[in-house]
Amino acid sequence: MNVHSKIQLTEAETELIRAFVERSARLPGNAQTVMTRDSAIEAIKAAGLPTRKVEAWHYTDLRRLLSAVPAYDPEVPVDDAEPLIAGSPVAAVANGMTARAPNVDGVSFSTFFARLSEEDSIAVPERGDDTVGLINIAFVSGGWGVEIADGVELAAPLELQNLHGGGQVHVRFPVTVGNQAKATIIERQTGQGEALVSSISDVEIGEGAELTWIIVQEQPDDTTHLGQFAARLAKDAKLTLFIMNAGGKLVRQEVRVAVVGEGGDFQMRCINLLAGDNHTDVTMVLDHAAPDAGSVEIVRNVVTGRAEGAFQGQIRVAQAAQKTDARMACNTLLLSDEGGFSTKPELEIFADDVACGHGATVTEIDSDHLFYLMSRGIGEHEARRLLVKAFLAEVIEDLDDEALVEVLEAKLDAWFAEHG
Amino acid sequence: MLEIKNLHVSVEGKEILKGIDLKVGNGEVHSIMGPNGSGKSTLAQVLAGHEAYEVTEGSVTLDGKDLLDMAADERAREGVFMAFQYPVEIPGVSTMEFLKAAYNALREHRGEGEVDAMEFLNLVKEKLEFVKMDKSLLSRSVNQGFSGGEKKRHEIFQMAVLEPSVAILDETDSGLDIDALRIVSEGINLLRNPERSMVVITHYQRLLEHIVPDTVHVLYKGRIIKTGGPELALHLEERGYGELIGEAA
Repeated sequence: MNVHSKIQLTEAETELIRAFVERSARLPGNAQTVMTRDSAIEAIKAAGLPTRKVEAWHYTDLRRLLSAVPAYDPEVPVDDAEPLIAGSPVAAVANGMTARAPNVDGVSFSTFFARLSEEDSIAVPERGDDTVGLINIAFVSGGWGVEIADGVELAAPLELQNLHGGGQVHVRFPVTVGNQAKATIIERQTGQGEALVSSISDVEIGEGAELTWIIVQEQPDDTTHLGQFAARLAKDAKLTLFIMNAGGKLVRQEVRVAVVGEGGDFQMRCINLLAGDNHTDVTMVLDHAAPDAGSVEIVRNVVTGRAEGAFQGQIRVAQAAQKTDARMACNTLLLSDEGGFSTKPELEIFADDVACGHGATVTEIDSDHLFYLMSRGIGEHEARRLLVKAFLAEVIEDLDDEALVEVLEAKLDAWFAEHG
Repeated sequence: MLEIKNLHVSVEGKEILKGIDLKVGNGEVHSIMGPNGSGKSTLAQVLAGHEAYEVTEGSVTLDGKDLLDMAADERAREGVFMAFQYPVEIPGVSTMEFLKAAYNALREHRGEGEVDAMEFLNLVKEKLEFVKMDKSLLSRSVNQGFSGGEKKRHEIFQMAVLEPSVAILDETDSGLDIDALRIVSEGINLLRNPERSMVVITHYQRLLEHIVPDTVHVLYKGRIIKTGGPELALHLEERGYGELIGEAA
C-alpha cells in the first residue's frame, strides 16, 4: 500500500487510513477480499471523502462534516437491547462482531466473518461507486447472513441488532428471502458512546415474497451513522421499507432498490426526527427495470433546533418498465427557525407508458390548530406533541401492524419529550 | 362570575372593542347581539385568549382571577370554554385522544390523576347523547370532514364533557338548519345550571327562541349600546338594528 494522495487529507481521512493500516491484518477475508479492501481504502486516499461538489453528496459534505473518527475499541462494553417487539428473535452484532443468533424454523444464520474467512468465501460485493460502500468494504468485520427458505412465513418479526459501545463499527447483513416467503425484519441501530458506524443490508427478495423491513436508527448524538439498504425485488415481490431516524450526529441512510421482476411493489415510509445539531441525509435510488410495477415513497421530517436534513429521491424507469406507477412525497414540519430540510426529487424516465409523480411541502405548526387545542385546556407542549404525532401518524399507521405502530409511536413520544 | 371592565382591544393597530363592560353572574345567560363587524367574535376570541388580539385597556376576571394574564390553555383550565364559530379541522388527531388530553389537563389542574380509560369512555358516550352524535365520531380526526352542523354539535359535545364554569358560544347557530339548531339548542339548555355562566353571541334572534337569555346586549362598533331583557331580541328581530344604531349615532 503505497499510493500517494493527490489531496491534502483531513484529520478524519488520515485517521481512517491509519486505522486501516493498524487493523487490516486482523480483518477477515481471503486474498481476493484483502485486495478489494486495499483498493477501497486507496480510493478514499486518492480522492478523499466526498464534498458537496459530488452530486450524490450535495447536501452532505462528508469531508467537512466528518470531523473526527473515533478509535476502534472492540473491548468497550455494550449494553443489550430488548427487542422492539417483546419476545421476537434477535440476531445481534456487538462492536462489529457477531454476538448471538436465535433458532428460527426455516431460517438459517451464518456469520459474515465466517463467510469472509472461508476458502471459497464470497468476495465483498463491488461497490466502488459509493463512499458508504468503500468505508464498509475496507473495514467490515462482522454481521449476520440470513436466509429465509422458500415459502416460509415468519410468525414474529426477526430483529437484527447492530449494537456498539463506541468506537468503530462496520457490519454487513446479507439477507435472502425465498420465493413466496413472508417476513418482517427489524434493523436496530443503536449504542452508547461516540462511534463511526457503517452498516449495509443487502437483500434479495424472491418471487412472490413479501418483506417488511424496518430500520430504527437511534444512535447517540455524537455518532456518525452511515447506513445503506440495498434490495432487489424478483417477480411479484413486495417490499415495504420503513425507516425511522431518531438519533445520531451525522446520518446518511442510503436506499438502493431495484425492481427487477415484473409486478414488483416497493413501498417506503420514512420518518426523520431531527434535533440539536443533527444532520440527516436520506438518499434513495430506485430502479424500475421491469414492467407493471409500482412504488410509493413518503418521507416525513420533523426538524427542531439547528438540525439540517435532506432527502434525495431518484426514480429511474427503464424503457422496459412500461406501466410503472411511481409516486414520491416529502413533507417537512419545521419546529424551529434555525433548522432546515432540503428535498431533491429526480425522475429519469425512459418508458413512455408510465405514471410518475413527486411533491414536497414545508410547513410549520398551524397556529389555528394550536389555539384550538389549547383553548380546551391542553398545555402548549402537549398540544404540539399531538400535532407532531398527527403529522407522522398516518405514515406509521401505514404499517398496518398494531404492535409495531404502538412501539414506533412510543419512540416518537420519547423523542418529542426530549426534543419537542 | 365573569366580569369585564372597560375592555379595549386592537387588532393590528385597529381598535375593535372600545370599552366593554359586562357582568355575567353564575347561572346567568347573556346574549350579545349585533350586526356584522360590531366586534362580537373579537370579544369571544379575546375571552378565549387568542394572541392576535391586543388588549390595550381594561380587565377581565373570572371569580376575581385575572384572565388576561393567562394563556388560552390556562384560561380553559380555570373554566373558560369558547364554542368556535369556525371550528378547525385537525387531521391526524383523533377526537378521543384530543378529548382525553383536554379532560386530563383539567383534572391535573384540579390535582386529580388521569382518568380511567373505561370510565372516560362511559362519560363520553353519555355526553354524546346531549347532541345526538354517534360514538363513531370518537375515532375520527377532530372536525375533519364534519358537516357544518356536526362541527357545531361537536363544540357543544366538548362543552358537555369539559363542564366549564363560563361558556362563550360564538355564533353557534350560524350555518345550522332547523333540525340541527334544535339539537344544538337542546344540548345547550341541558348544560344550563346555577353555577355556569353563558355568553351567547348571535346575529339572529332565532337561537334565542330556543335558548332564552336573562339579558340581551346589543354590540355596535365596539360598544354595548343597549342592554335589556329577552324582549330586546324580539324587538330587534322585528325592527332590525337600524333604529338602535340611529339612537347610538
